[in-house]
Amino acid sequence: MLRLDSLGQGYGDHPVLHDITLTVPDGQLLCVVGPSGCGKSTLLRTVAGLLPVREGTVSVDGAPVSGVPDRLAVVFQDYGRSLYPWLPVRENVALPLRRRGLGRAERREQAELMLERVGLRGAGRRYPWQLSGGMQQRVAIARALVCRPSLLLMDEPFGSLDAQTREDLEDLLLEVHESEGATIVFVTHDIDESVYVGDRVVVLSAGPGSRVVLDLPVGLPGKRDQIATRGLPEFVALRAEIGRAVRS
Amino acid sequence: MKRGRAAASRGALLRWTVLATAIAAWQLTTRTHPSVYFPPPTDIARHTHTLWFSGPPTHAFLTPAATENILPSLARMTTGFVIAAIAGIALGTALGRSRRAHALCNPVLQFARAVPPPALVPVFVVLLDFGTRMQVASIVFSAVWPVLINTADGVRNTDPLRVDVAAVLRLNRTERLRFLFLPSALPRIFAGLRLSLSLCLVLMVFSELLPGTANGIGFTLTDAQSRSDLLTVWAALVLLGALGYVLNTVLLAVEKRLLGRGDR
Amino acid sequence: MRRGGGGSERVRRRQELLLGALGVLLALGLCEAVGRAGLVRRDYLPPVSEVLTRAVELAGDPLFLDGVGATVRAWALGLGLACAIAVPLGLLLGSVPVVDEAVRAVVEFLRPLPSVALIPLVSLLLGSGTETKVALIAYASVWPILYNTVYGLGETDPLAKDTLRAFGFGRLSVLLRVELPATAPFIAAGLRISAAVALILAVATEILAGFGEGLGIFIAQAGLATDGTRDVLAGVVWAGALGLVINGALVWGERRLFPWTPEHRGER
Repeated sequence: MLRLDSLGQGYGDHPVLHDITLTVPDGQLLCVVGPSGCGKSTLLRTVAGLLPVREGTVSVDGAPVSGVPDRLAVVFQDYGRSLYPWLPVRENVALPLRRRGLGRAERREQAELMLERVGLRGAGRRYPWQLSGGMQQRVAIARALVCRPSLLLMDEPFGSLDAQTREDLEDLLLEVHESEGATIVFVTHDIDESVYVGDRVVVLSAGPGSRVVLDLPVGLPGKRDQIATRGLPEFVALRAEIGRAVRS
Repeated sequence: MKRGRAAASRGALLRWTVLATAIAAWQLTTRTHPSVYFPPPTDIARHTHTLWFSGPPTHAFLTPAATENILPSLARMTTGFVIAAIAGIALGTALGRSRRAHALCNPVLQFARAVPPPALVPVFVVLLDFGTRMQVASIVFSAVWPVLINTADGVRNTDPLRVDVAAVLRLNRTERLRFLFLPSALPRIFAGLRLSLSLCLVLMVFSELLPGTANGIGFTLTDAQSRSDLLTVWAALVLLGALGYVLNTVLLAVEKRLLGRGDR
Repeated sequence: MRRGGGGSERVRRRQELLLGALGVLLALGLCEAVGRAGLVRRDYLPPVSEVLTRAVELAGDPLFLDGVGATVRAWALGLGLACAIAVPLGLLLGSVPVVDEAVRAVVEFLRPLPSVALIPLVSLLLGSGTETKVALIAYASVWPILYNTVYGLGETDPLAKDTLRAFGFGRLSVLLRVELPATAPFIAAGLRISAAVALILAVATEILAGFGEGLGIFIAQAGLATDGTRDVLAGVVWAGALGLVINGALVWGERRLFPWTPEHRGER
């Protein structure tokens, strides 16, 4: 379980987040939306332990976060930079397995399995820059999942992909979420996307000193489907409500 | 720029033809207008052969003059280059990882790099006397700065997002070095190594040109100069040019092999 | 997304400046201690305070200053000559591929030759005066400028060229209006490398010549004197300061002239 308790964050004398209190139960897929520059990424970096907590507390499974928590993984938006270009895809994915004291062959095997899982069978020997953007982001997702994280943070992961690829990856994410059962915090500026993938959507106000202005469970009936779900009246209503909150 | 195979081979043909023509023109001119200073290329080639490469097969065709002069020069240069490269990369990485250490050392480093290396050679002569120790010290001291400064810059300029990724993946110090900082600084490291290599060659020759040296390619040069033996002077130049070319090509090949994989 | 809030950047820069000054002091202190500890004979390696005092004294010595002047003159002449040769040649090679292909082999054989090796030959040809110095400096400094000019031309944005061509400008006009300005930062970077190489060659030829006037000659003659290390090191301090001033001036000039270029361009 992830808990944020009156979290405040900022750079120098510039406040970014103000009094954020959130509880994310195990296995939930939480989407965080907000106007650009509202501190979504800062929130994510704080939970990841990349930024020291300034006010309040952040705790994962009851333990306060200081440094990168165990069993946490992050997928960044900029796949071109987050993958290491000098390592083949397979080595990129196998990198986090070094922490687990596995042998070389075993690391390789698990990496290949995970690549297959995200639809990249046989791409292990290639280099990231030889793949398309969507495929690179799949590699990044495989690298995040290979250690079976209990908490997965995603920072606008599909923000720089084209519409078709984006929908494919949204469905991949839902599928992976269902089978792996990790808690996911998914930051996005796309309201449609947040309603489509999220179990719950949290809206942050415009900065400086953003706060939570809306916290909404997404109760959409049935299995998600790119065409059908987006046409549901419930979907349209949720999207409108979130849209108003973002603009307010 | 992508070019067809045919165009590339046409280019190579053109290149070698021009080179051959230039040498032939030189040959003809010196045959018709003999000059002491510019001997014909064939004479230089013959002299180079008899001077150094006409030895017995058991000595890999090297003459005593070659083993006494070329090999020591090469040994000094490689020793100097290897020490400078290792020290430069190690210290540069350490400085690149710490903002404070870098700020502390930067002005001193900039000064050290700005000193034209030959100016320091007389100091090493006083401290270590003539001989291999002085020469290796001169080479190391001039060649270490470009590698050190370039490595430090390369490590410092590692993409901060990639550093975050390493933190999230919980890589330890050695893993960060091996999978992040060194690969990411590698292009800069090689830019430094290329500069260092040419400085090594210059300092090797310079330290051997000084009066008081007893052997080496540079010694062969001054010795021939004092006897106005132009053929040997030219032969030594050809040898040094070839040496520089080969060393450069080897370094470029290593660089290509190491960098060819990642697109940065 | 890391924002430096207002004054923190300035604080940081001041801190770095202070640390740098501290580093210089530490280095000086270390040299002083080594000089005084008697690890090496004092006339071999005098303490840094004596060296610096001597270096300052030299600033008032007209004979020494004449020498420095001679070195700087040869340096400037050689570098200027190299520019006059390398820039037009580089533009030619970079814009006419056939010529580039044709002379590539010749250039590749001349470039790796360590330039100091030419000192004996050129001294035999031209004697050991200023001509020798200038010729050698020019030879050594041609390569970085030439290389960077050709490289810079290759990096010109084809779109800018096509735009001008589409407006009916001729080949030469495109070269002067688009390619030369776009290449200028690269040429300047090459010039900065050449400036350092030229100083190396100036000092090297002077040290080997051993007589005449110049900074290198001062160093060489001091090296021969029995307790001349103090003077040698004072000369080294001057040479290093010269190198720093030249490099600093060129970097400053590049920043003023080409503020749009990323800091690390071309070869360093």
